[in-house]
Parts: sequence; C-alpha cells; structure tokens
Amino acid sequence: MVPISYYLILSGILFACGVTGFLIKRNIISIFMSIELMLNGVNLSFVAFAAQWHALSGQIFVFFVMVVAAAETAVGLAIIIAVYRTRETLNVDQVDLLKL
Amino acid sequence: MTPDLHLWIIPVLPLLGAAINGFLGGKFSRQAVASVALLFSGAAFAMVLFVASRFSSLSMPHVEFLAPWIRAGEFQVDFSFYLDQLSLVMLLVVTGVGFLIHFYAVGYMWEEGGFCRFFTYLNLFMFFMLTLVLASNYLLMFIGWEGVGLASYLLIGFWFTKDSAAAAGKKAFIVNRVGDFGFLIALFLLIKHFGSLNFDQVFQSVIPMGAETGAAGLLTAVGLLLMVGAAGKSAQIPLYVWLPDAMEGPTPVSALIHAATMVTAGVYMVSRSHVIFERAPMALTVVAIIGTLTALFAATIGITQTDIKKVLAYSTISQLGYMFMACGVGAFSAGIFHLMTHAFFKGLLFLAAGSVIHAVSGEQDMRQMGGLRTKIPWTFWTMTIATFAIAGIPPFAGFFSKDEILWRAYQVSWVYWFIGLFTAFVTSFYMFRLWFMTFFGEYRGTAESHEDSAHHLAHDGPRAGAPAAHGHGHGGIHESPWVMVVPLVVLAFLSLTGGWIGVPGSLGGSNHFDRFLGPVFHSTIAAGAEGLGLAAPPHKETEGPEPQTGHATELIFTGISVLAGLLGFFLAWQLYYRNPQLPQQIAAGLGTLYNAVVHKYYIDELYATLFVKPLIAGSALILWHGIDQDVIDASVDNGAHGANEVSDSIRHMQSGNLRSYAGWVAAGAAAVIAYMVWMGTR
Repeated sequence: MVPISYYLILSGILFACGVTGFLIKRNIISIFMSIELMLNGVNLSFVAFAAQWHALSGQIFVFFVMVVAAAETAVGLAIIIAVYRTRETLNVDQVDLLKL
Repeated sequence: MTPDLHLWIIPVLPLLGAAINGFLGGKFSRQAVASVALLFSGAAFAMVLFVASRFSSLSMPHVEFLAPWIRAGEFQVDFSFYLDQLSLVMLLVVTGVGFLIHFYAVGYMWEEGGFCRFFTYLNLFMFFMLTLVLASNYLLMFIGWEGVGLASYLLIGFWFTKDSAAAAGKKAFIVNRVGDFGFLIALFLLIKHFGSLNFDQVFQSVIPMGAETGAAGLLTAVGLLLMVGAAGKSAQIPLYVWLPDAMEGPTPVSALIHAATMVTAGVYMVSRSHVIFERAPMALTVVAIIGTLTALFAATIGITQTDIKKVLAYSTISQLGYMFMACGVGAFSAGIFHLMTHAFFKGLLFLAAGSVIHAVSGEQDMRQMGGLRTKIPWTFWTMTIATFAIAGIPPFAGFFSKDEILWRAYQVSWVYWFIGLFTAFVTSFYMFRLWFMTFFGEYRGTAESHEDSAHHLAHDGPRAGAPAAHGHGHGGIHESPWVMVVPLVVLAFLSLTGGWIGVPGSLGGSNHFDRFLGPVFHSTIAAGAEGLGLAAPPHKETEGPEPQTGHATELIFTGISVLAGLLGFFLAWQLYYRNPQLPQQIAAGLGTLYNAVVHKYYIDELYATLFVKPLIAGSALILWHGIDQDVIDASVDNGAHGANEVSDSIRHMQSGNLRSYAGWVAAGAAAVIAYMVWMGTR
C-alpha cells in the first residue's frame, strides 16, 4: 500500500502549482485552471485521508467540492466571456477598473 | 387653627402677568399690555393688603405649605411661604412701590420699542422678588435671589443693541455670580451642619448655640459667606461696581430694581439671618465695617458725578451702606426701617429724575440742565421732598430712619457714628448739588432750541432703529403726562410721612415700627442671649427696651445730624447757586484728589487690571489656546487626520489588480497556515 505521505506530497505539489499559476499567470483562463488545480490538490488529500481512516465523510466532501467547482466554472466562464466581449482582452492586468 | 391665606397667590399673580404678556403680548395693543401688567401687579398689591388686614389674627411666624420640592432622606425643602412682620414690610414695599413704578413706566415707556417685553420682565421681576421675600427656606430664597438677578440682567440690557447696555448687563450678572458663590457655600455649610435649609429648623438649631466671641467658628463662616452674597446683590464694597453701570437700563428699572427693591434683598437676607449673625460678632463687625466704608466711599464718588442717574446710583450704594451699618451694629429693625423709607424716597428720586430726563428729551448730564424749576413744577416739588428726605431734614422720612441708625451706631462705636454723620453731610451736599444744578440757575441745555431736530434722543438710550420722529421733545421742555406724575405725588407723600411710623421716643413718639418688628428680632435674642451670660453682643442693648441713656443725649445727636444735613444744603447752595463757577476752581485746586474721585477712585480700572485682564489673558492662553485648541480640538482633529492618513496609505492595496489581490490572499492563507502549524507543534 502506498503510504499516505506520498499522496499528501503530491497533493501539496498540485496545490503549490495551482497557487504559483494563480499568482503569475496573466490570462484569465490560465488563472481559472490554476484554481481547478488547487481544488483538485485539496480533493486528493481529502480522499487520501478518507482511505487512511476509513471515513466516508472525506469522500462525500470531495463530491461537494466537485459540485461547487462545477458551478463556479460555469459562472466563471460566463463572466470571462462577458469580460472578453467588453474589454476584448483576457489579460487581468488590463482589467483593473475596480479600484480607488 | 391658623387660617390659610393662600400666600402663594401673591408671587404667582405677577408671574401670570409676565406669562400673558410674554407669550401673547406681541399681538396686544399697548393699552392691553399696560392693563395686563398693571392688573396683575396691582392685584398682588391688593392681595398683600388683604394679608396685612388679616395679619393681627395670625400667629407668628405664619408658615404656609404649598407643595413638596426636594425630599432626600432627612433633608427636605418645600415650596412653602413664611410670613412674619419682616416679610410683611418687605411685601408691602415691593408690591406697593412696584405697582407705582409699573404705573409710571406705562407713561415713561409709551413711546419705546419693546413695550411688551419691558412689562414682561418687570412682572417677572416682581414674581422673583416676592418669592425671595416670602420664601420659608434658604433654597427657595435663593431661587428668588437668582431670579431677580436674571430680571435685573434682562432689564439693564433692555436696549441690547447698545453695546454699553449689553456690557452693563453682563457686568451686573457676573459680579452677582461672585456674591452668589458665597451665598451657595453658606447654604452648603448650613445643610452639612444643620441638615436643613428651612428658616424655622436652622434658627431652632442655632438659637441654643453660644456666641462665637472667642474664636471664629461655623456661624462666623456662614455669616461672612452670606455677607459675600449680600454684598453682591446689595452693591457693597467690594462688589458694588455693577450698580452704577446698571443705570444703562430704563429709568423705571433703575427706580424699582436698582434702588427700591432688589438691591435691598441683601439687607433683607442679613436681617432674616439675624439669628446667625447675632451669634457671630466677628461677622457682624465685618458687616458694619463694610456698610460704613461703602456709605462713605460711594457718597464721596457721588459728589463729582455729572450724570443725574449716576449720582443717584452712588447715592443708592451709600444708603445701602447705611442699612448694612445698621445690621452690623445689631439694629436690624432700624436697617429695615431705612430700607423702607429709602424705597420711598430713592424710588421717587429716580422717577423724578426720569421725569426730568423725559422733559429735556433724553439728556442726562446735569451740566446741560438748570432752571427747570418753573418748567416742570410737579417734578420739581416731588423731587424737592425726596431730596430733603434723603438729606435727613426733619420731618421727612429719611430723617427718622437715618437718625435711628446713627444713634444705634453710636451706641456700639463712635467711629461708625462719626463716619455715618460725615456721610450724611456728604449725602446732603451732593443731593442738593443735584437739586440746584437741575432746577435752579439758567437753563444750559439745548433741548429747547433743537426741538425740530430729528436727532435728539429719547430718554436715556439711543437705540438702533429708533424712529426719528419721536414723540418726546415736541414743544421742548414739558411736564410729564399724568400717569408719570401720579406715582411721583404718591411717593412724595410717602417720603414725607413714611418716617412718622418710627418716631423715636426722644421726639415724643413711640417708634411703632421698631415695636412692630420687635417680635422678629427680639424673640430669638430673648431665647438666646439669656443663656449666653458672659457674651454681651452689641445687639443686646439696641434691640431691647430703650437704652438707659437719656433722651437728652439722643436729642443732641439728632440735632448734630440735622445740622450736618443743613450744612450740606448750605455748602451746595454756596457752591452751586451763589457761585456756580467756584466748584471748578476748587476742583482745579484739588488736582489729583479730585481726579481720583472723578474716576471713581480707579476701582473699575483696578478690577480690570487685577481680575478681568488676567482672567481674559488666562482664558485665552490656557483655556482657549491651551486646553480648548491644543487638547480638545487637537484630539478630535488629530484623530481625524490620523484616520485619514492611515486610510490613505492602505487604500493603495485596492489597486484593481487581480494578481496583487491574489498575492494578498495567498500571503494571508500562508500566514494562517504558519500560525496553525506553529500552534500545532507547541
């Protein structure tokens, strides 16, 4: 059996990739994908712990995360399309009207 | 069972008048305003007369309870009224003279703006004064005390568009605050040591106490503090400075408040507290000294004044000094007697002066008068009676009261008597000076020739926006209308005969007045002085039956004081009638001394340097710039500036740049995780 630390390390790597991408990418789509990466990193640690402790709640939590992520993706993509239509760009550095 | 006389009606009547005129008077005609004011003040007088008629059937002192006011454990203060011989005399003076002056004021103020405001204040004053007089405890008295101060302030500043009037009002109010401070401390002392402010209870507790002959104690402290209050209200040294300035008010106000009634409140209060004063010989001596010095001091200033009302103002201060001298030597009934006769003749003097001012179209400078004798005969004759009364010439009212004070003063110390006598001479001199300058010689004014001028000023106050076509002055010098003359005549009658109720034994009378007031001032002494034994306070002989000194001695003293009065008359006659240019030569000869007196001994300047300027400087520097601006304002301002600056630096975080937000979120999350890890490893 694969020790749980492996899963957790992989989960951490995934999450770190997500965070890095989220911070450095300028394209909204890429940022979006980074978010998904972070979510899945977390999901991986959930299921790993669920298997380790034989607790069902961790797996159920993952379903919830997936559902919310799907909804978020739907809304987020809609916003991205709307932004693209008005601003004709997907570079977040150019979408900075909301400031003081 | 004593009958209920509903004493509360007496003060409430003028209050009703004030309320009606105050709230509704703006829509009334002048006739209606005058009717309301006269009706309610006259009704108060009628009520007092009714009470006086039932007086003999009452047991003294007659206390009537109206309503509870403060009930805090043992301590209680009620709205209740205290009637005895002393308050009856005060009631008669206040309502009687007050009503006459209301009557006079209708004529005097007829052409003035603010007619209804004037009578509202005047009625309000009556209410507070009657409250003061009728109060059965010190606190209710204090309400009246403050109330008359308020009315006085409002009326001095009646022509508030005039700077000097507004300043005079403030001065009166502020100087009175100093005195009231002493009064209040005295009340606190009474509460602390006797647990009550009711006259009955306080006096009951005080009577068994011995006179503080050796060392000063509680009663001396209370007495001195009460005297501070009295000095403020009754314009005694060192707090007299407000009264001359108070002449900025309309003349009827000067007559009623600043001569006849309000300023005598201090005398009334000291007399009312005689039980305390009698047991504090030191306080009593202070009262006598202050009174004597004030009498002399103010009288000398009176010699050089040229404003007719200012002369009378200093004369008032001086006469009040006599009353305090009387109280100070334990002759309280003589003080009250002088208070009453003074109310008559000084009220009359002011009203007559008002009539003179009215006649010469607002001129107050006596140097611009003269020869008015034939032009305003009624005013002349009534003023003559008042002048003779104040100069102490028999058989006018002032003679009897002043003589009694001097005689009683002599029995305590010849110093009081001598200064009092000299003051009587000075008084007689400056009053006849006023009389000669105003009514005799050639007319020196301009009212006659300028009668068409639209610029002449009405009465004592030029007011912004006063209509140029003023009712006065048409036809030059003229006698006042009958509404003004009638009170003059009534007061002249009283000034002539008012003293006859107190004819001393030496002149074949029996001094009814002294005997009438006897129970007030006598009963407590009988109860108190018996137990004292060793203590021989000065009042013992004075308030008892006629002293053993023979009538012959008293007659000699009477003769001397009459001579002093006549000497004053003669001197004034020489200087201001026979040789009108002589006074100027004398003044030039005296030089510095004369200048000092003309400038009122520079007391105003002294106070300005000693108190007013340091106070203003200190307020500006420490309270205003230091505390208000640097602490209070600064804390508010700096708080706002600080918030502004902090937000200004923080607002740059909201750049609109999504990735920087993301960075902050990531950093925050990292910080939370680090914290939790750290907590976990502990």
